[in-house]
Amino acid sequence: MEISEELSCKELVELVTDYLEGALSAAGRARFEAHLADCRGCRHHLQQIRHTIRIVGTLTEETIPARAKEKLLHAFRNWKTGTA
Amino acid sequence: MEELHVVEALRRGDEASFASLVERYQTAMVRLALVYVGNQAVAEDVVQETWQGVVQGLDRFEGRCSLKTWIFRILGNCARTRAEREGRVVPFSSLWRAEAEPVEPSVDPSRFRATDPWRDHWTSFPRNWDELPEERLLSAETCAHVREAIASLSPVQQVITLRDVEGWTGPEVRDALGISEANQRVLLHRARSHVRRTLEQYLER
Ligand SMILES: [Zn+2]
Repeated sequence: MEISEELSCKELVELVTDYLEGALSAAGRARFEAHLADCRGCRHHLQQIRHTIRIVGTLTEETIPARAKEKLLHAFRNWKTGTA
Repeated sequence: MEELHVVEALRRGDEASFASLVERYQTAMVRLALVYVGNQAVAEDVVQETWQGVVQGLDRFEGRCSLKTWIFRILGNCARTRAEREGRVVPFSSLWRAEAEPVEPSVDPSRFRATDPWRDHWTSFPRNWDELPEERLLSAETCAHVREAIASLSPVQQVITLRDVEGWTGPEVRDALGISEANQRVLLHRARSHVRRTLEQYLER
């Protein structure tokens, strides 16, 4: 594919993470943004990905079960005495 | 600075310091171990082994990297060793290839035109989620769908949990997993795309 060739929507959606992570070359970024400026569909898609990241970010990891923690603390005591 | 206090406390055998460390990292550690060993019980075992390595190796911690990086590096070693012993192809090892992971297109190909003009452009535009009410985007039900989507991802795609739930940076994931930043990006992209598709089905039905 030639660098000067315009990006299709199908190609753009595969580059979204690289774009958000700042991993595109300057030319790649310019191409991405040029397409975006002209394409409402891709702007909406990018926004959907941003919402996705935000929603995933609201999840919290389940806390560790008390029993598992107790078991580790018990082991901790032994490890310490074992090396003391 | 503060980290050295924690290390000092651990060396003295301070249980509260150990407990808070466990609270902070245990879940992420099990998740990461799972990537390598593919079994919950074995993963928990690997994490236990890691904690032992951490506690008994504290004298060797020189503070040249963060405590977190150091802990996850030990975890990575333990997990790889265990995976190899159990005869698994270790993700991110020289035998593992990102391309061999199942690939789904980020967006269903039927969403794009098959013929010119405007080949590979949207047949109909994706919806603007900015117009959806915030209560719906962040509802408990939405979150349940997202959790389910993440749970259905392949072990290596759990990178999304480290990046987008735990808030790790790309370089942190790269160091903990021993993969290139490009590879962790590929995995992250596939995972996010999958979650977006799930959300689309739910939010737009
Ligand atoms: Zn487009």
